[in-house]
Amino acid sequence: MHPYLGALCGGVLIGLAAVLLMAALGRIAGVSGIASGLVVGGASDRTWRLAFVLGLLAGPLLLWWLRGDSGIGAPQVGLPWMALAGLLVGIGTRLGGGCTSGHGVCGIARLSPRSLLATAVFMAFGIATVFVLRHLLGVGA
Amino acid sequence: MRAWIAFVAGLLFGLGLSLGGMTQPAVVLGFLDIFGAWDPRLVFVMAGAVLTTAVGYRLLLRRPRPLLVERFQWPVSRRIDARLVGGAALFGIGWGIAGYCPGPALASLGAGAPALLVLVACMIAGWWLAARLLPPAGGH
Repeated sequence: MHPYLGALCGGVLIGLAAVLLMAALGRIAGVSGIASGLVVGGASDRTWRLAFVLGLLAGPLLLWWLRGDSGIGAPQVGLPWMALAGLLVGIGTRLGGGCTSGHGVCGIARLSPRSLLATAVFMAFGIATVFVLRHLLGVGA
Repeated sequence: MRAWIAFVAGLLFGLGLSLGGMTQPAVVLGFLDIFGAWDPRLVFVMAGAVLTTAVGYRLLLRRPRPLLVERFQWPVSRRIDARLVGGAALFGIGWGIAGYCPGPALASLGAGAPALLVLVACMIAGWWLAARLLPPAGGH
């Protein structure tokens, strides 16, 4: 499969997942919101959140079973960078109320001004960070 | 039943991420590297996901309620503030450092890379810290 076609199909599957979750459970498919609710949310609705996260983990395994390649790539930076990245992603998504899925997919699909702004901001900062690390500091590939 | 549907939704989501190349940080960083060898794959993933979701949500808006619960929980907050922008900026920096947003980070755990365990542990610590240090706010 051409990489662009695979990417488009992957996106459609993500969209179908978001529509299914809203159709059945009335919830936005924002991964940071769903998963962080397991850590800090109320105890009443942990079951479906945990089930969604387990499904998320099983997705690449299903791809591996289907075509012999899970699609999981190797980390590109060392442990200290991974730790810092994780911390920033955690604090930032909680503070900003969403990530690439909640704001970037579900929010933009609803034309939410908050999500459009948040997506523009995290894209811009992601691009700026890669520019600084790769082209000014020579970190990573 | 709710848990099974949530599992299937997660499964489709994880399958989509891995098929789309999002579980390869090299692809994600290649997309963010617009001043280098730009990789446009993430544009196709986002386009497919946003269009599908937009059409699906429009159809759902005609329905009175979801299939398995009492009501749709559409986000209601319209507040644009420093918290939203600052949070998105911090997230963007973290995303640009390693090439992982929360979905692909969790979906990649199955491969068992120690570096991923560190990233996800720190991400969870970040969620916990932010929840402890900040008052709750509406999501999305």
